[in-house]
Amino acid sequence: MQTNSYLVLVLLMAAAVGFALAPLALAWLWARFFSPRKPGLDKNAIYECGLEAKGDAWIHFRSEYYLYGIIFLVFDVETIFLLPFAVAFTGLSVGAFVAMLVFLLLLVEGLVWAWRKGVLTWK
Amino acid sequence: MIDEGLQSELKKQGVYVTSLQELYNWGRANSVWPLTFGLACCAIEMIAASMARYDISRFGAEVFRPSPRQADLMIVAGTVTKKMAPLVVRLFNQMPEPKYVIAMGACAISGGPFKQGYNVLKGVDRYLPVDVVIPGCPPRPEALLHALITLQEKILNQPLTGPDRPRHLNADVPGEFPVPAYGPHDLEPPNNPNLWQPPTLTR
Repeated sequence: MQTNSYLVLVLLMAAAVGFALAPLALAWLWARFFSPRKPGLDKNAIYECGLEAKGDAWIHFRSEYYLYGIIFLVFDVETIFLLPFAVAFTGLSVGAFVAMLVFLLLLVEGLVWAWRKGVLTWK
Repeated sequence: MIDEGLQSELKKQGVYVTSLQELYNWGRANSVWPLTFGLACCAIEMIAASMARYDISRFGAEVFRPSPRQADLMIVAGTVTKKMAPLVVRLFNQMPEPKYVIAMGACAISGGPFKQGYNVLKGVDRYLPVDVVIPGCPPRPEALLHALITLQEKILNQPLTGPDRPRHLNADVPGEFPVPAYGPHDLEPPNNPNLWQPPTLTR
């Protein structure tokens, strides 16, 4: 009979999952039947630092970080592609050179957009 | 219960006999996890006790938990200010049963050298059920180890049934203690009347 050579991997996988789940299940069962439960307001509180939770969790965050994210991406991507471009520059065909220029233009366009939006001036 | 003489006789033959209570308490006593919780200079000695030279892990108590949800033992190591007292009580309330308190050092016991301070709690036993107190200012790490051993002896000798059973098996014992509030002059209430009453002067 031909057995699948990957069967042993499946068995090992099952054993590994069981190895991970068995202690969790045991702990859960032990807690279910033997743990002394004394819940209370303090014990069920969210914070564990001794302080009481204040205010509402539904607050507004300022989302201005995305601008920094975009600028970083422009320079980061530029660096990553410019370095191999510079190394292989002498052996490049004209088509590859033009493609790279178009790519750079796209990124520079993003920079110009950010510049005109006034992101680069420190307020 | 097995007879003591028979137990030791069997032990000589290589047969170990124990009761479920002893086994349970042995396990409890040797896995007391303290809360990572230092208030003042006594905490430095507590840290020293957890380090290699004094090595509190010899007694199964090296697992300092940074969350009260996983801790069994609160070592009140240092001066409890009135600003801090509600937080201390709340942390103790958040610890699961069974839980124990060691009052470490003169400040935790009585306010110590800062007793006259307007903002110092004159003993943590006013709000928490203290199991072991360690005198000293600060107590040396050996003293903390001794307190831990004392607590372990207390746990080992607790019967699991009857009126002296441990608090986690007694449904009547409160799991939470009232958290004091900041009043205009003092904490309100200034003490937990079920735990501590101010001494009355009789002249």
